[in-house]
Amino acid sequence: MEEDKKDKFLAPENEIRQVTAPDGSIIEVNPLEDYFSQDRPKPYKVRKGPVEDFLNWARAESLWVLGFGTGCGSIEIPPLVTPRFDMYRFGIQMRATPRQSNVFVISGYLSVKTLKRAIRAYEQMPSPKYVVGLGSCTINGGMYYDSYNTINRLDHYLPVDAYIAGCMPRPEALLAGFEGLKKLIKAGKGHKANEYVENLDWYKANQKKIIKDWNMPDYNW
Amino acid sequence: MDYSIEKFLWAFLGLFIILNWGMLMSALMRRIGAKLAGRIGVPLYQPWVDLLKLMSLKTWLSHGVMYYIGPVFRLVGGVGMFLFMPVIFGIEIWSNYSFSGDLILLLYFQSFGMLGMAMGASESGSPHAAIGISRGLSQFAAVEVPMTLAVIAIAIQHQTFSFSEIMAAQQGGIMNWTLFTNPLASIAGMLAMLGAMSHSPFNLVKAPNEIPIGPPTEYHSSFLSVLRTNSAILHVVEAALFMNLFFGGADSWYMYIIKTFFVYFISVFVGMVFPRFKIEDSIRWFLKWPTAIGIIAVIVAAYW
Amino acid sequence: MQKGINNLIEKFGASDLEERRPGLSFITVENTKAVAAITHLKDIDGYTVLSLITAVDWIEDGIMQLTYLLNNPAEIAEIGLRVMLERKKEAGESMETIHHLWPNAKKWQQELKEMFGINFPGSPNINDDFILEGWDAAPPNRRDFDTKKFAEETFFPRPGRETHDPAEHMKKNMYPKNPADYTNKKYNPNR
Repeated sequence: MEEDKKDKFLAPENEIRQVTAPDGSIIEVNPLEDYFSQDRPKPYKVRKGPVEDFLNWARAESLWVLGFGTGCGSIEIPPLVTPRFDMYRFGIQMRATPRQSNVFVISGYLSVKTLKRAIRAYEQMPSPKYVVGLGSCTINGGMYYDSYNTINRLDHYLPVDAYIAGCMPRPEALLAGFEGLKKLIKAGKGHKANEYVENLDWYKANQKKIIKDWNMPDYNW
Repeated sequence: MDYSIEKFLWAFLGLFIILNWGMLMSALMRRIGAKLAGRIGVPLYQPWVDLLKLMSLKTWLSHGVMYYIGPVFRLVGGVGMFLFMPVIFGIEIWSNYSFSGDLILLLYFQSFGMLGMAMGASESGSPHAAIGISRGLSQFAAVEVPMTLAVIAIAIQHQTFSFSEIMAAQQGGIMNWTLFTNPLASIAGMLAMLGAMSHSPFNLVKAPNEIPIGPPTEYHSSFLSVLRTNSAILHVVEAALFMNLFFGGADSWYMYIIKTFFVYFISVFVGMVFPRFKIEDSIRWFLKWPTAIGIIAVIVAAYW
Repeated sequence: MQKGINNLIEKFGASDLEERRPGLSFITVENTKAVAAITHLKDIDGYTVLSLITAVDWIEDGIMQLTYLLNNPAEIAEIGLRVMLERKKEAGESMETIHHLWPNAKKWQQELKEMFGINFPGSPNINDDFILEGWDAAPPNRRDFDTKKFAEETFFPRPGRETHDPAEHMKKNMYPKNPADYTNKKYNPNR
């Protein structure tokens, strides 16, 4: 019975273990509870009024994209910094860390293994945050719809603000998608992060259905 | 020294001007860089928008007390450098809180922000922050050597540790600038400036692709906006420091803006031309040529 | 005939020689003699590089074929050594490991174990995850694994997906008046 309860995918460093303290006493360490926050996220308050409209304008004009290419579509992102497309003039720039970015471009097919990393990165981003699904694969699986290892619908795992259809969409399409996202944000509709938090149980059930080796906290702060 | 409210308000106004000039200058430099690459570049208001957006982001994170204090330390480093250096030469209200030993205090304030950042970044627990900050501190230790040598040479030359007196000695024509009266110290100091500005050849500290952003990896929302405010102030103040030491200071705001722009532009120009140094190469470079020139400058200043 | 083939036929009873081009031959050996043959090729005939190990699932014949592709850099020659294993209904065919000859073989074998379910007893870390993390269904590259059914059950397919046969679709949409034009060279030079 004891064996059945044991989580077979728990990484060895995250197992409950007993440690001898410097003073000789023995203490029990449960890394998942001691080292990671187990708190549930709370939705933030969406305000209204001219100040919020102004801040929404600022949020829309300063989109910082997480530099995380999840699939083949990420090859369409580097051209955006070249002279031909130049996304800087629209206030879009790449950031290397999820903490400092607020747009997550899921570029193309997303394998189950990458989905796990994408969820971790998404949950670490500060709200309000936006997800852009790039390419057909994020919409209905695209040409990988019958693959054993890539997801079909991104919006079952992460809240998607904008989809950009195509296989692959060209960089122009990506820029147009960003413009659409800007319109959404300026209209005050860019609060999908709240939706994720409010429906957290549904999202987590979907995620855990396919990520079998869930060896991380429920919400990655 | 004058500690009246009026003095404080003037200093605060100066800080406000400097902050906005720093932001405008960073946007200008990014546009110049973009033009060099054949792009259009960011709108001029982009730094303000970024700052607004960062302040409007939500955070629930805590990594401990030092994590909060780190950006404040960094900001204190920049603001302190501004407060204890005369802004405009010869005008009492723009002399800030400068006093007879302010040059030494300035050298200390330069490393102050870096030390605060080191504590805050290591508290955040990200390995990238630890790598970045160890690179930053070791590079800064190497930058300090030629810079201090240049400052000593100038102090010997003018027999003073006061900015006002060094600036006063350089008035009355371009040939009185330290750049021409003491070229060796100027070369050593300007080479050290390239490191102090941490632009391209020496920007491994914040290498965005190799170690995500380096020390501020974990900093976001308001914390990052404090850091960006500081970097805007610091770039102008660093440029003003070298302007005061080598380029005769400024006797009006026009002069101040023109000179800081060009001093800052030197580092950006070098950054556009040269690729990034590895950290061991950059330390070796600073301890080789700039240090040698600095030592010669001190010897020349002492025995001329 | 390229170097080593004679030895394989005489000493190890290899059969079904197939010479694709000068310097590339495929030959079949029995699975009990395969490791001895590979060792002989490596140590005596100069096939010192293990290019790859791969598998083919002949589900109709009940055979699981392993192919060891060995390279001789001095002679610029390659031998594909085929080993026919008896295919089991559930995964779990077994083959001797060759990680003692080439350490990198353990990664190929780890992958074969994960994707085809072929076991190599004694190979280091053979049961570790290779690319699939926490996979608990049948090995996905076996042909009796229905990927479409698996994907439909697992990944929430979006309703309304249509599939068209390209030829039929073009006939209908591009040549609606006279579908025979589709095959007419005058209108469709690609045909």
